[in-house]
Amino acid sequence: MALDGKAILGRLTRRAGRRDGAEDTGAREAQGAAISPFWVIVQKEFGDHIRSWRFTILLAIITLACIGSIYSAVSAIRGGALKDELDFLFLQMFTISDGTLPNFITFVSFLGPLMGIALGFDAVNSERNRGTLSRLMSQPIYRDDFILAKFTASLLLVTVVIFALGLLVMGLGLFTIGYPPTPEEFWRVFFFLVLAVVYVGFWLNLSILFSIRFRQAATSALSSIALWIFFTVFYGLILNLIARAIAPSSDAAVQRILNYQETMLWLNRLSPAELFSEATTTLLTPNVRTLGPFTLEQVYLAIKSPLPLGQSLLLIWPHATGLIAATVICFGISYVMFMRQEIRSRS
Amino acid sequence: MDVRSGEREPVIELKGLTKMYGEHAAVNRLDLTIGRGEVFGLLGPNGAGKTTTILMMLGLTEPTSGSARVLGLDPTRSPLQIKRRVGYMPDDIGFYEDRTAIDNLIYTARLNRIPPAEAEARARELLERVGLAEAADKRVGAFSRGMRQRLGLADVLIKKPEIIILDEPTLGIDPEGVRELLELITRLSREERITVLLSSHHLHQVQQVCDRVGLFVKGRLIACGDIESLSKQLDEDGTITVELELEAWPDALDEALNGLGGVVSVRRGEGGKASVICSSDLTADIAQAAVGCGGRLLAVSRRKYGLDDIYHRYFEGGEAHGA
Repeated sequence: MALDGKAILGRLTRRAGRRDGAEDTGAREAQGAAISPFWVIVQKEFGDHIRSWRFTILLAIITLACIGSIYSAVSAIRGGALKDELDFLFLQMFTISDGTLPNFITFVSFLGPLMGIALGFDAVNSERNRGTLSRLMSQPIYRDDFILAKFTASLLLVTVVIFALGLLVMGLGLFTIGYPPTPEEFWRVFFFLVLAVVYVGFWLNLSILFSIRFRQAATSALSSIALWIFFTVFYGLILNLIARAIAPSSDAAVQRILNYQETMLWLNRLSPAELFSEATTTLLTPNVRTLGPFTLEQVYLAIKSPLPLGQSLLLIWPHATGLIAATVICFGISYVMFMRQEIRSRS
Repeated sequence: MDVRSGEREPVIELKGLTKMYGEHAAVNRLDLTIGRGEVFGLLGPNGAGKTTTILMMLGLTEPTSGSARVLGLDPTRSPLQIKRRVGYMPDDIGFYEDRTAIDNLIYTARLNRIPPAEAEARARELLERVGLAEAADKRVGAFSRGMRQRLGLADVLIKKPEIIILDEPTLGIDPEGVRELLELITRLSREERITVLLSSHHLHQVQQVCDRVGLFVKGRLIACGDIESLSKQLDEDGTITVELELEAWPDALDEALNGLGGVVSVRRGEGGKASVICSSDLTADIAQAAVGCGGRLLAVSRRKYGLDDIYHRYFEGGEAHGA
């Protein structure tokens, strides 16, 4: 996997080097071959992550979880859990389980944020505490390049890990069920993996934000984890309370019930975890035709058939946009905070 | 205060530089000019605003008012150009502990857009010069304080700067290490014609190496110049201290001394020691008075002002001078 990463990185850096060389209007023409400081930081951070114990442990947990989920999915398929739904058998590798262990998407949506947080929670404050930040900031680099490089390096690593795991699951699936994916299934899995990277990217950026805000790495890690637990556990509970309070009676007008449903859905979608889970369900279960409430009238005469890939993508477009927007907002806040901070040694 | 850098071309010019933290002025209307090739010592107690001044020169923090020019550039507008040509060693410098010394240097070099091959060659050469050649492939985590400071110096020099700014470079090193480090700094500045700005609260060290010093108290530069002119400045202030040592202190002597015109105060030390502060040079009269009162005189001397006294005087009177 490290090799994969380095190859990607090498290509990226070469490309960036060329682009930068063209842009950098001749301040140091003799050194046109030197790559921009941004990619130097990315390279170093990437190397640091790969060599760190933290990453090794995390990778071990996630790999084990994924192997477990495949085992559970395969035994479910063997046990005849499918019956009539033989469409998209390959995608079921990711979505079903025999009940002993959660399925692949549950693992990704649960452990992904943890990986993002683990890679980002001490990005800036550890440099500050080690006294390297002030040394770094006295080099000719832009401040925003520094946090952007930290983010890029970690995101690159996340991309490598998620794609490696996803392809691993696909490969193992091929072995065990002996049923090849159709191109559409392949692309669905591909977009699911891209979405997972975006989702982890959000948590990564959030933890970088906390690492700028809080001087102690422990505080920043705890706040990130607190927020993560809040969205995965408590947010649902709170919504249930609200739902009970504002629910209309069962004999209320259709419009009122619809309004109520829409409100609840809207509140629910404030949580990035919910956005991600809706989007992955849509992608990996093509039979999902709509995400909002619908009346019997709308279902009447509808043909029960899976959605084509394009339509599924259209359905989750707002979700993807929402997740990316949340990431960008976090980055914007980090940027403003970091630009205004005074960099002194170890304080 | 009149601050001149002689005939040299100015590379650092600060005019009315002020930094406020809320109501508190960390740096208060600072005027300072430093010429090319000069070794300048910024001297002051902790919290005097030395580091803040340095940060403003590098554009790491913005001045509340006033202006700074470094190499003719404005730090708030073009910090990158300045950082390319100015090396800064923060106090309590940190390195990536799990990387080797050479790795740390190469990283800095590459951030300055030096190609990898050249970066490594330069890093090896600099490690040789600061005396860390054997430790080049050791992890920085195992380095002693003195080794870190020397590595810091190599780190600052790797981009071939025109100015180096060292914030408390001698903090926490043993006396021998300090001597070596300062020697290294002066040698480098002579050989490469680098301007050195050195901040410290250790006056003796500053005295050894600096062409000029600036005394910094509570955000204000209260005196500036070479050591000689600073002590002259003190002399002209009008008080002279005469140190006196007798075998035993005769009771009559107090009265006799106070009877002399021009004696401001008499401070008794242990046994027969005392220092007499007078408004004009009364060394001979004091000696005479002591003998006249029947004391056996062991020593009498007019105190010469070293940087120590200057430091004390200014820091004691810092508030009065500043106001």
